[in-house]
Amino acid sequence: MIGLIGKKIGMTRIFDESGETIPVTVVYAEPNIVIQKKNKENDGYEACVMGVGEKKRPNKVYSGIFKASGVKPTKIVQEFRELPQEWEKGNQITVKVFEKITNVDVTGYSKGRGFAGGMKRYGWKGGPAAHGSKFHRRPGSIGTSKIPGHILKGRNLPGRMGNCKITIRNLKVVKIDETKNLLFLRGAIPGATNSWVVVKCK
Amino acid sequence: MGIIDNSLQEKKMPDFKPGDRVRILTKFKEGEEIRKHRFEGIVIGRRGQGTGETFTVRKVTAGCGVEHIFPTLSPTIEKMEVLKKGKVKRAKLYYLRKQK
Repeated sequence: MIGLIGKKIGMTRIFDESGETIPVTVVYAEPNIVIQKKNKENDGYEACVMGVGEKKRPNKVYSGIFKASGVKPTKIVQEFRELPQEWEKGNQITVKVFEKITNVDVTGYSKGRGFAGGMKRYGWKGGPAAHGSKFHRRPGSIGTSKIPGHILKGRNLPGRMGNCKITIRNLKVVKIDETKNLLFLRGAIPGATNSWVVVKCK
Repeated sequence: MGIIDNSLQEKKMPDFKPGDRVRILTKFKEGEEIRKHRFEGIVIGRRGQGTGETFTVRKVTAGCGVEHIFPTLSPTIEKMEVLKKGKVKRAKLYYLRKQK
């Protein structure tokens, strides 16, 4: 498995040779640093901790993570399982690792929508907008009467929407720009512009 | 994002504006063979930026207006030449559609 931490830059389009338009999301992945390698003896499982960015004023607790590795405190710290064994502590991993990869999974936090109604959150149809209708965007009935006498658990109702972890699978890697550390992935990825995402592939 | 968009533009297009009379040679695949198509007319507008930019060319064939929208940086555009520079006061020449 290969994984990197990146930043969503935005969407654009590029053309293939036949003139077809490919919608792409640009992910900026500056060289990731391997902070720590966890192993079975010490930690009970194997993993690789990667970091990216620069933490401006790290407190003592935060700096402690980096002390052993001798790496400058990074803004983002992410743990990966099953990364290649040859990635050693202090290594810088660039987008070049995705050179021969065709498909990747991208994990990020979706845009928060705040307290959203049922129509937006679950795609309810709502009622008629006019012609004397008094039922527009309300939830309507949420259950039965005497039997079972209570609302079933898991009932779809208005509430907080978005800002949750979402993984989009099997996005095609269209292009890689090694000099600028850019990944061009076909289609959309979760999150707002400038949000952090994790790009992985099996 | 704008910087990235600019870096994706490998193609050089001639300098053209709405009102210009242009001739465009496009190539496309029909089955196995590659065919070419020429389109000549007046640019009535440009919209978008970067790789998403498009422009509309209008011509009148047998009394019927024909408009073609081209993505400016599309590799299907093989050649483009400006035949005549236009002199217009608008960015979008949609009024040409109403003129008879």
